[in-house]
Amino acid sequence: MEKALLALADGTVFEGTALGYRGETSGEVVFNTAMTGYQEILTDPSYKGQIVVMTSSHIGNYGISSKDCESSGPWVEGFIVREASSTASNWRSDESFVNYMVRHKIVGIEGIDVRALTRHLRDHGSQPGVISHVNVDAEKLVEQARQLPTIVGRDLVSKVTCAKPYQWTEGTGEWPTEISSDQSNDGKGPTDRCKVVVFDFGVKLNILRRLVDVGCDVDVVPASTSAEVVKSLEPDGVLLSNGPGDPEAVPFAVHAVQNLIGWRPIFGICLGHQILGLALGMRSHKLKFGHHGANHPVIDLRSGKVEITSQNHNFSIGPPDLGKSGDDDLHVFQSQWGRVHMSHRSLNDGCCEGLVGLDVPIMSTQYHPEASPGPHDSAYMFRQFLNLLGNTHA
Amino acid sequence: MPKRTDIHRILLIGSGPIVIGQGCEFDYSGTQACRALKEEGYEVILINSNPATIMTDPELADRTYIEPITCEVVERILDRDRPDALLPTMGGQTALNLTVQLSQQGILEKYGVQTIGASYDAIQKAEDREQFKEAMQRIGIHVPLSGSIRSREEAVQLLDTIGFPAIVRPSFTLGGAGGNIAYNREEYEEFVEWALVTSPVGQVLIEQSLIGWKEYELEVMRDLNDNVVIVCPIENFDAMGIHTGDSITVAPCMTLTDKEYQRMRNAAVRIIREIGVDTGGSNIQFAVNPKNGDQIVIEMNPRVSRSSALASKATGFPIAKIAAKLAVGYTLDEITNDITKVTKASFEPTIDYVVVKIPRFTFEKFEGSDPTLTTHMKSVGEVMALGATFKEALQKAIRSLETDRFGLCSLYGLDGLYQRDETDQEVMQEIREVLQVPTADRMWQVADGFRVGLSCDEIHAITHIDPWFLAEIRQLIAFEHQLSVSRDAMTSERYQQAKQLGFSDERLAQLLKVSPETIQSFVSHSGSTSLTYKRVDTCAAEFEAHTPYLYSSYGKSCEARATEQKKVIILGGGPNRIGQGIEFDYCCVHAAMALQEEGVETIMVNCNPETVSTDYDISDRLYFEPLTFEDVTHILNIEKPFGIIVQFGGQTPLKLSWSLAKIDAPILGTSPDAIDRAEDRKRFNALIKELGLRQPESGMAHSPEEAHHIAESVQYPVMARPSYVLGGRAMQILYDEDSLARYLHTHALALVKHPLLIDHYLDGAIEVDVDAISDGRHVVVAGIMEHVEVAGIHSGDSACSLPPYSLKSSIIDIITSQTIALAKALNVIGLMNIQFAVQGNDVFVLEVNPRASRTVPFVSKTIGVPLAKLATKVMLGKTLEELGFLKAPTLSHMSVKEAVFPFIKLGALDILLGPEMRSTGEVMGIDGDFGWAFAKAQTAAGNALPKSGIVLLSVKDQDKLATVDIAKRLCHLGFTLHATRGTASFLLQHDIEVEPVNKIKEGRPHIVDVIKNGHICLVVNTVGSASSQDDSTPIRREALYQGIPYFTTIPAAKAAVLGIEAMRKGKLRVRPLQEYQAALKGN
Repeated sequence: MEKALLALADGTVFEGTALGYRGETSGEVVFNTAMTGYQEILTDPSYKGQIVVMTSSHIGNYGISSKDCESSGPWVEGFIVREASSTASNWRSDESFVNYMVRHKIVGIEGIDVRALTRHLRDHGSQPGVISHVNVDAEKLVEQARQLPTIVGRDLVSKVTCAKPYQWTEGTGEWPTEISSDQSNDGKGPTDRCKVVVFDFGVKLNILRRLVDVGCDVDVVPASTSAEVVKSLEPDGVLLSNGPGDPEAVPFAVHAVQNLIGWRPIFGICLGHQILGLALGMRSHKLKFGHHGANHPVIDLRSGKVEITSQNHNFSIGPPDLGKSGDDDLHVFQSQWGRVHMSHRSLNDGCCEGLVGLDVPIMSTQYHPEASPGPHDSAYMFRQFLNLLGNTHA
Repeated sequence: MPKRTDIHRILLIGSGPIVIGQGCEFDYSGTQACRALKEEGYEVILINSNPATIMTDPELADRTYIEPITCEVVERILDRDRPDALLPTMGGQTALNLTVQLSQQGILEKYGVQTIGASYDAIQKAEDREQFKEAMQRIGIHVPLSGSIRSREEAVQLLDTIGFPAIVRPSFTLGGAGGNIAYNREEYEEFVEWALVTSPVGQVLIEQSLIGWKEYELEVMRDLNDNVVIVCPIENFDAMGIHTGDSITVAPCMTLTDKEYQRMRNAAVRIIREIGVDTGGSNIQFAVNPKNGDQIVIEMNPRVSRSSALASKATGFPIAKIAAKLAVGYTLDEITNDITKVTKASFEPTIDYVVVKIPRFTFEKFEGSDPTLTTHMKSVGEVMALGATFKEALQKAIRSLETDRFGLCSLYGLDGLYQRDETDQEVMQEIREVLQVPTADRMWQVADGFRVGLSCDEIHAITHIDPWFLAEIRQLIAFEHQLSVSRDAMTSERYQQAKQLGFSDERLAQLLKVSPETIQSFVSHSGSTSLTYKRVDTCAAEFEAHTPYLYSSYGKSCEARATEQKKVIILGGGPNRIGQGIEFDYCCVHAAMALQEEGVETIMVNCNPETVSTDYDISDRLYFEPLTFEDVTHILNIEKPFGIIVQFGGQTPLKLSWSLAKIDAPILGTSPDAIDRAEDRKRFNALIKELGLRQPESGMAHSPEEAHHIAESVQYPVMARPSYVLGGRAMQILYDEDSLARYLHTHALALVKHPLLIDHYLDGAIEVDVDAISDGRHVVVAGIMEHVEVAGIHSGDSACSLPPYSLKSSIIDIITSQTIALAKALNVIGLMNIQFAVQGNDVFVLEVNPRASRTVPFVSKTIGVPLAKLATKVMLGKTLEELGFLKAPTLSHMSVKEAVFPFIKLGALDILLGPEMRSTGEVMGIDGDFGWAFAKAQTAAGNALPKSGIVLLSVKDQDKLATVDIAKRLCHLGFTLHATRGTASFLLQHDIEVEPVNKIKEGRPHIVDVIKNGHICLVVNTVGSASSQDDSTPIRREALYQGIPYFTTIPAAKAAVLGIEAMRKGKLRVRPLQEYQAALKGN
């Protein structure tokens, strides 16, 4: 077994064994507490710039299925696991996890006490780190980690967005993401299709698949696309996708969105939600260790119902006083386009998890209604968006 | 939503005695429910016939009825106490079935009681196979092809659609009783017949077999706001075909992709909504075809279950407690997560460790029982272990079982081998063959398979165990091999590696062929290991855990954070098994309560997920760890306690006391030397002599020759028993030389390890159990229990009465003074149990156990004194005088304890009682007189006495005279008597009207035909010699399977007559424990 080290910027070092492609890598170290879905996590472009610690004990058990990728390939900078499985046991698997790591040149480390590491990150915050198989001098690696930039203010979106626009036509097929078997649309019929333009800030494919499922024609455009170009495509609505990093690092996107609010219904997901928030005049801030997992309870403040959600974000948005109190008035934010209501709140730490325009057709969510990985409790949002398109058009 | 204010008084139904399929997990759920409801200010009325439970402690509910769980009794309670609501989801299948009956008979409506948690309709929809199938079809979820039948003819017709293999399962039973897999027509017909008898409603489900599919369980919670969360997904190591209670299970799921898992989760959410379980926990089982991912729902339990207990312990999410709160109207987001204190209960726990549960079996106690694991449950207990990885958790679970296996030791003497080239074809073939039939040894057989060179693929093809699990076992065997071949090169790195893989020092010693001490000295020389304790926190460390619920793992940072307070460690009882069950958990929990009352920090160590003791809020700190010397020592090292209590957890901690004493562990109470003095026969004999007491003549045999010699000198009949045994394991009464020779032959192997004790057997003596408490100065005899069965029948299996129902006061005085003398001589500090035999006016000491006994909860509840609590305080140095307990109260009521047996479940050949304990649980009957108390105990044990009908008598010659009185009184009560020829002619001579019946050998219609035809309401059958036992076996079996009450000893039959007389004279009365105890205090 080949020795490998993980060094964090605050000087903490963990020793483990080499996993995946032999080499060295660096990035912001964050932990994810999901018990399933390592493949979806590996291939989620939102993880660009980050090294992901999986808290679940065994990773790789069911191998890799080419059908379960959330993008063209893996984006994580590195992967940290307790134990990587060499066996791939699943009928859909066409490659082992370890092979996949090697083939895609992902440097990883295994055999470390991920619980100890997670507790460290929880107490001291996520921070830059280096994994190395080649250089096992702890001091040097720590120094290297100290020199790394944090993710605050870095534009990671430009690294993951598509180079040019494309159309998407595939649905979720045999793996629908709806809890209810009743999937009839309350808005438009299936023949009356909507066209949606998706800003690709690092879009997960399941967002596109879900849009197709509910009856949308999907045009994906690069992150830097201007509002004018979007308008020229004449969509019924606009979806702002998830993506990596700090929303304040992509002012061009915020600007574009400001020119689209009120023009057509907008649906923001994750980074898209944050960009929409900034466009509305809210502020963003970095969370200590973010939300990364598949068990986050979120309450819908309108119905009182709780959704178990899939989350992956390091930043959060809101005006300073939004959501701090249970008082309903404080849940409303006055923007230049009218009132925006905080529709969802995290039951764990109270942070803003969703917005809905009261005077303007916008909705957004900090978490992942497309799931993949994670529970499908919030899948209804795509149909809600469709209704928003229908209502506005009608 | 806030809690409901329209209901005030809630009735909770417990699950009754511990039986296979319904164990002490329902004490866990009932206890949590009682506490949660009381906390919310509701008045709780509880019914449970099981005295060994914590839930029936008088403090837990407002009114506690230790009464038979029947409609009649519940109706009396409803009439008396008028509760507003009934919570039926905490007491297993027993409570659900009773709720269904109460609804169907209109009793709930009559008294205006509403069900909370799950409605009658929801229960029916989930439990009735046909309704469930229809419900699933409505929401597009697949179920196995199936049909339900009520006759053999229908069964045969159904076969055309379902085909073989087919599962035959009776409806409305617990633990899948009677479920079997038929591969051919003959088996099919046999199983159908059996299932028709077993089902309480005569309905049988025939189902497509999903053998080889992967099996999963989800624990689902729902609140009144329709929020649904999955508490824990569990994957079975064993594929479909083995009851989940008998399967090794693992959490979280190991081999499902996110897509597959979410599909299952979605189905679970839809199912709980469709079935309409309003609130609380449900358990849903799924099967997944490993070839194409097809998913089928197997069943749903609309209540908390064994798996809920497991899921609670596995995640730290207290399902039963939260289910109780949801039932009274709270929603999940209104309930705080106790562990993190900042987050809410409406989330899904995520875990950063692996949990492995392994069931515990006791086939060896039931001659002729079939140890094949199938779709009906056979295990009697389970252990759970947590580790950072599957391998670590698995090996910890193995040593938690206490089956003398400290790892995946070879069953074929192949330790250290791995895929060896020059494979012994014969062994290989044998392993292939044994793997075909699942038994409790299967995991070890898989390990041996890898040792002889079978491949993962081949083992998978035979066993259907998922290749991922197999690969994990293979890695362990490969590591064992590496370790064995490089025997001299033990390095700290390698040791470290071994520990991370979960190896115990004991197992390493076996592999390296050295003593465990050698390993330990290596460890102390090589410096510290990286042993750490981690917290179970429901959230994979995302939030800080405020609850010290700990498990060991070899890693980087330790979260034990031991305090500097005065603290005491309580060693629990480990897995439930016959001879060591819930009673000991009761004592441990009481010890924890007492320590808290005394301001001492409590630390619980146990590995049984079904128990109350492993609830994280019972003690200040909980270590969920194996109870081996190594694991316990590690905890001692980190906690450095003021004391350690070993006398409450049964044999498990007691076995450790000697080695713990050697390392100067601060054992509280009675010294290990005193324990040894009572256990070691030689030292014990000397003690008895010294005190001038009597015991049956005996001798210790180290060889067969010596055994024969001793038997001659003490005189037949003799009782033979190996030393250091639990629950009378391998004990037998032998009437002559031949039977002794046979016994020695069967137990030759055991004789090598431990010498054999041979006692003269006191024929016909009355056995008496005494529980006493001593502080070193005062000894208080807390309870003297007269056994109903004769001496020689294991005390755990015998019905007994407190106070005695026939002993003379002079005898009671002798017993009292001898108890005091023994307690003083042994310098007992804490509890002590003594078994006496009374033959005429002579009193013999049979056994002394200076520790908590099985009867502690029974006695405590009868006399209204919490003995285990007092004993704990005594161990801390308080005197009985300070505690105000110098004399047991005089009782104005009678309590009868009766045992409950697993004969049907295990398909045992015979049901005769003997010196080897075989009961799994017990019930208690309380009333003003013995007759009623006995009758209630019988009803509670499922052996309800008849009020009229035909009684069948067949007794051995020695018993014939005693039968005359029984027969006369039965006649007088209006019963008709049938008897086998010998018994009949004897009774006729005494002018008793009786109809003779043929014995089996005497031609038909014979005795079994008569029973089969359903005319008999009570059977009395006593036998002497081995041959007559064999002859009469079918009689007892038939009575058992027909559910006819039967008695196999004369004293029990006499007690039954007293019971019937009482029932005929007066009406059934129910009274809560609190009233009995208040009456005692008034005395």
